[in-house]
Amino acid sequence: MSTLRALAKAQAVATGVAQPVATVRHLHLAERPLVLVPLALAGEANAPLATLVGTAPDTARLLVVPQPRNRDQRFRFAAELATVVLPYLARYHTVSEAVPVDRGRDVRHRYVDAPQLLVPNPAGVTFLRLLGRSTRFRRPDGEHPVHPDVPLLGRWLTFLAERAEQPGSSALVALTDALTLHWATGQSTVEDQHLPALLGWIDPPAGSTGAQAAARAEDPRVCPPAGPATDPDFDNRVLAPAIAAYARTEDDPAARAAAYAELERVLRDQLAPTWELMWRGVGLLRALPPGARVAARWDGDKDAFTGHTEHLDAAGGPQPRRDGAVAAAVRLHRLERALASYAVQRAYDDPLVMAEHRLTGEAFVGDVVLADPKRVDDSGRRPVLRPRIQVVTTEPVLVPAGTTLFSPARPAQKAKVVFLTPAADGKTEVVLELSGGMGRGLTAPPGTVPEVGERLCLTTLSDGFLPAGAFPAPEETPWTHGGPPTSTAERPTDGDAAEDWS
Amino acid sequence: MLVDRPRPGRTGGERLSWRIVTSTAQRLAAIRGDVPPKRHNARTIAALSGNPGCARRAVLDGAGVDKPKLAERIGFPARFGQSRFAIARGNAFEAQVKADGGVELLRLVAQRLGVPVPQRADWTDLGGDDALPDRQERSRRALTATGPDAALFDHPLLGLNVAGQRVYLEPDLVAARLGGRFHVVEIKSFPVIDGQADPAKVAAAAIQSAVYVLALRELLAGQGQDPELVSHDVVLVCPRDFANRPMASLLDVRKQLLVLRRQLERMARLDVLLAAVPPDFTADPAADTTTLTAALRTVEARYAPECLATCELAYFCRDEARGHTGALGRAVREALGGVEEVSEVLALATGERAALPERAEAAALLRAAARLRADALAGDPA
Ligand code: SF4
Repeated sequence: MSTLRALAKAQAVATGVAQPVATVRHLHLAERPLVLVPLALAGEANAPLATLVGTAPDTARLLVVPQPRNRDQRFRFAAELATVVLPYLARYHTVSEAVPVDRGRDVRHRYVDAPQLLVPNPAGVTFLRLLGRSTRFRRPDGEHPVHPDVPLLGRWLTFLAERAEQPGSSALVALTDALTLHWATGQSTVEDQHLPALLGWIDPPAGSTGAQAAARAEDPRVCPPAGPATDPDFDNRVLAPAIAAYARTEDDPAARAAAYAELERVLRDQLAPTWELMWRGVGLLRALPPGARVAARWDGDKDAFTGHTEHLDAAGGPQPRRDGAVAAAVRLHRLERALASYAVQRAYDDPLVMAEHRLTGEAFVGDVVLADPKRVDDSGRRPVLRPRIQVVTTEPVLVPAGTTLFSPARPAQKAKVVFLTPAADGKTEVVLELSGGMGRGLTAPPGTVPEVGERLCLTTLSDGFLPAGAFPAPEETPWTHGGPPTSTAERPTDGDAAEDWS
Repeated sequence: MLVDRPRPGRTGGERLSWRIVTSTAQRLAAIRGDVPPKRHNARTIAALSGNPGCARRAVLDGAGVDKPKLAERIGFPARFGQSRFAIARGNAFEAQVKADGGVELLRLVAQRLGVPVPQRADWTDLGGDDALPDRQERSRRALTATGPDAALFDHPLLGLNVAGQRVYLEPDLVAARLGGRFHVVEIKSFPVIDGQADPAKVAAAAIQSAVYVLALRELLAGQGQDPELVSHDVVLVCPRDFANRPMASLLDVRKQLLVLRRQLERMARLDVLLAAVPPDFTADPAADTTTLTAALRTVEARYAPECLATCELAYFCRDEARGHTGALGRAVREALGGVEEVSEVLALATGERAALPERAEAAALLRAAARLRADALAGDPA
């Protein structure tokens, strides 16, 4: 944890309310996100129990599984969920845009927007990932036929869960993660996973402190857990009798309908408070202005959505159970790059995030006191424009001469440290030589060179292009790394469809 | 050993103060009050390793205090309920796995250990309703007997000393003479999906199994046999993917064994800890709430957010630790330069309080952080 964030937590304890750790919103928020609040039956391997789902606060649809251990009912739930999720996804399959590729020599098409799913917490993401895993290999024919929508839902949920692993993606978001990215509470990170307590700190009801609101939110009788795990006391006192009552009504349609209604009622009671909190959290996030680089990251989600749609349209198969050696290495590399670039982008977009890097000496802010925007270096084969500026800062400068720095104000420009001179009052004078981001000529267009009087943030963090690693094609994988993918672990087999549930 | 020290809330503690407490056992009994000691089990012993540095917990657990009851009495009830669905599922899975008298289990365990599946194996059910010492004796004889074939022991009863108290433990299964060693086999109903299981559940299973390994090693050592005959590799049997079919995995519990041994040794030297506990300290559920609360505060705790998952007193200790950086997590405290109190953090950050020399570095960091935060929130540049 950064000292800056830790300090914000200390301030939250002292003031009794969460403190901001971001000044802009670092994720995309769809106009109509699909909010999903799932519940699972305790003790089972991801057995759905109930879900509230919808794209607006007043359109919650409740799905329940009256006998969660019954395998047919589970797949009926998946089919029912598919009738909500698939049409929601299909809405984004209408309009495409042309995107220039290959330096403008070609274009490709991608959908102009993409779906966004929101769940309460990381455990909700895991629930969807496992639901995707348990449904994507099913088949509409054969021994255990399911509705054709079921495997399709499974592939989409798997796709979304994989996106959720990608730092900076907003395709499937756990609300607790999104909120803690922007606010620091006066409780620990473990306690922050509890959505009601987290929102208690961020947005306490009038007349109580965040700490009080959070404490109240911890009592499951006052505030049911945000799922997918249920409150054991609810299970034992309310749910078990309701499920048993339903099971007893097999031969009596009227009694069965009544028992079903009762189950719906008790489950809705457990879900509705979280549903309200989800939209309250969305509202809080929406009130923040989006960061400048959020849209470009969302483009990445649109690309991925378009790509997966094309894969499915081309009758592509379900995602494998496990990655092969090369695929795993490629994925890891991609995630590491995304993580690094996401961290830099947030710092560039948000002075409060950049402040964390200033504290560790990876960035400093200073005033431009001298500027020579016309300076040309003609010592080489051909003359090049190399303006110099001098910046005075009160912050410690930990980088040595020769380091290349960047500024969020002009991300395409490099600033090489030429001299570092200690000045009066502990200040430091830094002379920088600029290159890039100034056109091709020998005169810098106005605004491309910082002027005297400008306050400038300079950092070692670069949002530049990171070259992708080179990996062998799957069929050329050496045996030391698993060899070509032949094992069944990587390829779905027909056996998967017959795998039975408990 | 009766040292006079300031004691808050003496009212209910008074009746103990005249008693000359002679031995550790008597002292622990006095702390517990007029109730039998709460029996430990593998889960509670495993939980002992959760916060080994906490004296409060060591004393209460050592005395066999009913901590859930205590927590309720002082107005901070623990929330460690178990869903009956989870319990039913756990029992059903274990029953199913053992239904064929161990044939399938033997195959799974042998294959996982990489040894040929024996043609035959003895299956001995060591469960039963007889008195615990009798059952334990039966288990001891069965487990230390020699024989030509591999053998599976269903629910043997083992023992371990915890703070002078004999604790009975019942592993799901012990496999003997497979690959020349004993193996503890734990049957858990959480799934392993595509080779991955919930890390928290695996960690809990590992420390629990380590308790059984320790007890089994003690049993062998007590019979003059080599305790190392018990493997530190525990076999974990879980349902595979979404089906009920079992699969076996190996868990190396060497690290857990070290932690446990250290904590048990500490519990065995409770007299050292007790020397620092006020003589009238009580956790007797019959005492009134203010007495109990005041008494608890006299024994040092070491609250961390991890307590929430491992100790029944967590809500009480958290409340007490409010205003301390440690209550926010170790990472937070470290990022704040190790300063313990939130008020001091803020005083140092604003420069309101001059730092002691040993805090100078932390203070400088906090001041810089506060200035940067204020700048950025005020919309200052970058
Ligand atoms: S909750 Fe309290 S008594 Fe229990 S381990 Fe933590 S600090 Fe110690």
